[in-house]
Amino acid sequence: MMPTPLHGVSKRIQALRFGLLSPDEIRRMSATKIITADTYDDDGFPIDMGLMDLHMGVIEPGLRCKTCGGRVDDCPGHFGHIDLAMPVIHVGYIKEIKTLLQSTCRACGRLLLSREEKQEYLDEMRKSDALAAGGESPRTMEITKQAARDAMKRQVCPHCKADQMKITLDKPTTFREDGHKLTPKEVRERLERMPDEDLRPLGINPDVARPEWMILTVLSVPPVTVRPSITLESGDRSEDDLTHKLVDVLRINQRLRENRDAGAPQLIVEDLWELLQYHVTTYYDNQTSGIPPARHRSGRPLKTLVQRLKGKEGRFRSNLSGKRVNFSARTVISPDPLISINEVGIPYQAARELTVPVHVQAYNQEIVKEWVIRGPKPTGENGEYIPGVNYIIRPDGRRIRVTDKNAETVADAVELGYVVERQLVDGDIVLFNRQPSLHRMSIMAHQVRVMAGKTFRLNLAVCPPYNADFDGDEMNLHVLQSEEARAEAKILMKVQEHILSPRFGGPVIGAIHDHITGAFLMTYKDARFTRDETSYLLSMVGRAGLPKPDMKADGQSYWSGKLLFSTILPEDLTVTFRASIGSRGDEEDAVVRIEKGKIREGVMDENAIGAFKGKLVDRIARDYGTERARQFIDDATRFAIATIMLRGFTTGIDDEDIPQEAKDEIAEVLERAMEEVAGLVEAYKGGELEQMPGRSLEETLEVEAMKKLGRSRDDAGEIASRHLGVENSAVIMARSGARGSMLNLSQMAGSIGQQAVRGERISRGYWKRTLPHFQPEDLGAEAKGFVRSSYKSGLNPTEYFFHSMGGREGLVDTAVRTSRSGYMQRRLINVLEDLKVMEDRTVRNTAKTIIQFRFGEDGVDPMRSIGGEAVDLDDILTGVLGPEALSGAQGAGHAVAGYGAQEKDMVVELEDDSAALSDDAED
Amino acid sequence: MARKDTIDALRRRKVGAKTAALLVDAGYTMASLKKAKLKDLEKVVTQEDAIRALKRLGIKVEVPPPKKAPSKKKAPVKKKTPAKKAPKKPAAKKALKKAAKKPAKKAARKKPKVRPTIPSKVPEPSAWEKRVMRILQSKKRELPSSLIQNLAARAQKLKLKKPDLEKVVDYLWDQYGANLVDPNESVGIVSAQSIGEPGTQMTMRTFHYAGVAEMNVTLGLPRLIEIVDARRVPSTPVMEVFVSDGADDLDRMRKHATEIEMTHLEDIADTEADFLNNRVVVYPNVAKMRSRGVTWKDLDHTLSKMRREKVKRVEGDKKRKMEAYVLDLDQVSYKRLQKQLETVKTSKIKGIDGVHRAIIRRRGDEYVIYTEGSNLAAALELPYVDPTRTNSNNITEIYEVLGVEAARNAIVREATSTLAEQGLTVDIRHIMLVSDMMTNAGDVKAIGRHGISGRKSSVLARAAFEITSHHLLKAAVTGEVDYLDGVAENVIVGQPVTLGTGAVNLVYRTSAKEG
Repeated sequence: MMPTPLHGVSKRIQALRFGLLSPDEIRRMSATKIITADTYDDDGFPIDMGLMDLHMGVIEPGLRCKTCGGRVDDCPGHFGHIDLAMPVIHVGYIKEIKTLLQSTCRACGRLLLSREEKQEYLDEMRKSDALAAGGESPRTMEITKQAARDAMKRQVCPHCKADQMKITLDKPTTFREDGHKLTPKEVRERLERMPDEDLRPLGINPDVARPEWMILTVLSVPPVTVRPSITLESGDRSEDDLTHKLVDVLRINQRLRENRDAGAPQLIVEDLWELLQYHVTTYYDNQTSGIPPARHRSGRPLKTLVQRLKGKEGRFRSNLSGKRVNFSARTVISPDPLISINEVGIPYQAARELTVPVHVQAYNQEIVKEWVIRGPKPTGENGEYIPGVNYIIRPDGRRIRVTDKNAETVADAVELGYVVERQLVDGDIVLFNRQPSLHRMSIMAHQVRVMAGKTFRLNLAVCPPYNADFDGDEMNLHVLQSEEARAEAKILMKVQEHILSPRFGGPVIGAIHDHITGAFLMTYKDARFTRDETSYLLSMVGRAGLPKPDMKADGQSYWSGKLLFSTILPEDLTVTFRASIGSRGDEEDAVVRIEKGKIREGVMDENAIGAFKGKLVDRIARDYGTERARQFIDDATRFAIATIMLRGFTTGIDDEDIPQEAKDEIAEVLERAMEEVAGLVEAYKGGELEQMPGRSLEETLEVEAMKKLGRSRDDAGEIASRHLGVENSAVIMARSGARGSMLNLSQMAGSIGQQAVRGERISRGYWKRTLPHFQPEDLGAEAKGFVRSSYKSGLNPTEYFFHSMGGREGLVDTAVRTSRSGYMQRRLINVLEDLKVMEDRTVRNTAKTIIQFRFGEDGVDPMRSIGGEAVDLDDILTGVLGPEALSGAQGAGHAVAGYGAQEKDMVVELEDDSAALSDDAED
Repeated sequence: MARKDTIDALRRRKVGAKTAALLVDAGYTMASLKKAKLKDLEKVVTQEDAIRALKRLGIKVEVPPPKKAPSKKKAPVKKKTPAKKAPKKPAAKKALKKAAKKPAKKAARKKPKVRPTIPSKVPEPSAWEKRVMRILQSKKRELPSSLIQNLAARAQKLKLKKPDLEKVVDYLWDQYGANLVDPNESVGIVSAQSIGEPGTQMTMRTFHYAGVAEMNVTLGLPRLIEIVDARRVPSTPVMEVFVSDGADDLDRMRKHATEIEMTHLEDIADTEADFLNNRVVVYPNVAKMRSRGVTWKDLDHTLSKMRREKVKRVEGDKKRKMEAYVLDLDQVSYKRLQKQLETVKTSKIKGIDGVHRAIIRRRGDEYVIYTEGSNLAAALELPYVDPTRTNSNNITEIYEVLGVEAARNAIVREATSTLAEQGLTVDIRHIMLVSDMMTNAGDVKAIGRHGISGRKSSVLARAAFEITSHHLLKAAVTGEVDYLDGVAENVIVGQPVTLGTGAVNLVYRTSAKEG
């Protein structure tokens, strides 16, 4: 964190070797032997040879470590040890000890395999290791298991011909030989007899692990820094769980030793021995099956060694894989449509706290000094923000806080080699993140814009990749602290570098909601603007001068929206694609045709500039570079916002008003459908229903009823939408792709339709009926969850209930889904994280095994691919043969086709409904 | 572990351990070994070993005169080396990935006479493709065959002239080069994210199979999880059975469908326990038999243990003499009678094991049989089935019947269609990477603790994933060394990771002249 004098010198850990600690080694690395179970004396001073002995490090300020002489922050802590009166078994190695006992001779201690067999296994292991090349291969593990199994089967020792007895394990830690109990001491003696060479076939490396070390004679005591005691406000000391456990061990150990030395009866000694075993066992793992967990006085189970490491909150996942950082900030986000997508707005308060280290060099010495003189909170004449300095760091690593009082003296001290921590200024590079960080676009680099307010501000076009909205979302911000990091972020992580998604090679950044409505209004048909309006619009994108007006009416000159929008397009852009409104009919402006940077026809909607679907964004990012794409998105969204502000746009419940005759028509359609369902039910009850092949009669009825009712809902929607004009705001939003769908509208104006739970009509509740409002065995439409009302007309009580059932299912579904997909992603990441493309373009893992010869068979980066294709053949062919060559042949198909959501079939559409419902419950 | 059992069985019969292991690894089971010919075994083990093994199994062997030089030559070399994992493939086949490929064991079992040849999976290049390839060759360049094929198809349509074609190839080469992934790119993480991220947008429920309203198929997130879990049997196994000829004849297809669909006796007959006479009586229903395509001959065959006779049947107050099958019990026991009735009821008459239902649907200009329940091995053995198109969604089954590469493609296909069905677009390359990772070891491994994650070479990475203490303790005994090559390990010890910009060093040369 702190640039030390060693800054820049980096060492790398090459490898970590794992092994067992021998009793010898434990003693050697021990700073002190521990004999008393007491911790502090009456003065609150640690007792010598107690669990808080000062040889094991210090946790209180003011004291010095008796081993290294360091103070609290300098002393890393040192291990101690406890000599156990009698040996005990290490729980973690119960399985290994069991196999060892079972596969070795009780008399001579040799492995129960003949020399030839042993050699065979060793050869096989060597071979499999050679194949694995680095790391232990899973195959080797299987071989060792097989070797152990073979040895266990032997009844007679091949070396000394001794008969073997059956060894069983009484969980958790008692071994028996033919029912006769083996003490840990006896076990240890047996393991000691095993020769080194017999260990390798069992997968034990005798260089680092002798089997008898699995039976503890000495217990290593972790440094006090690992188990600090905390002082409560009342002045009482509260010890760490590990210390508690060690106290237990020491106490019993003491009693055991006394009893043994005094020649107490065998029974008592054995009991104490077992108790010691229990305490050592729970000291390692307090969740060992078969024994009750050791508890704190309050009844809470103790968190001992294994519990500290394990699980999501354990050391590995929480502390080692997850790092905490300084120079970061978190606050609520809110939108700012006028800043660039590359920028992020930062409130003054945050900017004052977050700093960038600046190294003082000859070239910047003077200016840096000036910054320091300004102090920590300089403001301009009108109270505007001027960056100050919070700390300066001397070459020896000492930090000096800059205050208004000492600013000048500190500034004088600043020399070459000093580091000055300067507050944020516009243009600094920071990382911005929103959780859950599901993909790499969840953390992107932005340029700082310090501004008033208390929230982080971001452009609306970057909401899709972060999946952010402004209903209370918070985001995190990190200030980069080194030049390398800043360079990397600027080149690789800037928002504009992530316009195209590596997931499918299309844009994930683009216009949303009102942007799309605005662009639609600006460019639909002959939308036109007066001179004033045009000036305003163009000023929004920073264009000076007016183009030639292209429309005339009532003797006045007008500028068409298409003309104005064309001004932000690249000059030589030529594309044709289908607009979002044109997905069905072939009406005016449904096909967008842009020639040489001029919109000839077509409207700018979701398919042109939207996130995920925007063809123009895609095309510009690919052909003109990310900077141009950024410019285009900024300009297009500004145009859209300006247009919508000029024109005004609102939607309300009256947008769903339909005339009485439409209402009657809808009622009639629904009535007919419900009658038809009643007819079906009658047919079913009369046994006249024709069974579908492979379906039961009940299923046939359900399928038919669903079909009928589904169609009636669609028909109702169709009638309703016929009466909703093209000028209708809600319709404009739905058709342009800004928000909502025609389905939503027809549910508001027409009929909500069938509610479903588990993809079926609602069927559960009371005996043979869903609600007491219906007759038992009523299978009609209303009784099984058909909601004929619209959102606008309001639901009757039973309908409301059914609708809530569907809605609840949606909520449960979302909750289940997030956890399930989260775990799937964690597994995927864990498996694939080490794969990379090598210099020879093969994809390999850390063991250098080839996973793919070429990534994705052709080695193409999906982000650079053209809708999944390696190259844009149309583009190349047009380039060589000229534009006419292709138009004759099927050519343009490529441009119009494209990717995106496909039409879903009817059954799925019913699901859409509940998806739409769960939308309401976001965040 | 079937493999171990078979080895044990062989060793009990005094077959050498090594020979046994080699044979079993080649896919032999006890049953197939008994039928196996010496010639087949020789491909796996030395001739002497094979002869010895067969003798031990009590199979007569005609020992060929030891005149053949190659087998002798091979013998000493092979003695100590492990089994050749796969027959050598033509070197030209660069695209083939799997080094370890199970020898075509099914082929060996079914048709022991035919030596399995590996079919060329790359079709002969067309004239235009050859033209493109020649241009590339002259420039000493190589392009993926999919690109060549696409270009050739377009070029053919436009009738490109040679200079134009050359120009196109040049441009194409440039663009292809620019679109390649950069070295050191962390493709694994990007792929994992690309598949994991849309997971949050998927639905949880099962839907009707596209076009076949009668069938339910698991889709959405549960299906995707099922695929990466490499479950032995998916929750809804399904087959698509294509027929090689007569696929547009509905009547014939109906017949085929009845042969595929599993028919139990209870589907076509009434079974009764006759307590009075201590016997089980089966009254076949002629109408049901016809609809299921069951003939009396079939019944005679499957119910050969039963007597066929006319029996008086009481239905309500009517009495009727009916054709029936009778099974007499030799022991008077109510319990046994009940039990017998159950076994008779559920006895299989015809069809493929595991196929509960077969539905015929028109697809394009032919009919296809969709089945609920999957048994690819049995389906492919039917003479009228088109084995090149018939398909299953059970990946493990595909692996067992057709091999790893087929399984790899099945994973890609299933995952792609699951995502596409949800309207989510994920580049196929990401899915390929996951699939290749799962099948890299020569069989299908799950993504997760029991599959690939548990086999990572780094102790720290394994400990950080799941079952922390176990991995650490085990590592100490075996004296494992963690070389900190991967991502998780380096994050844990606080070092730059070995991917992307962490894989390269930046050196600043102050001035070329000074240096």
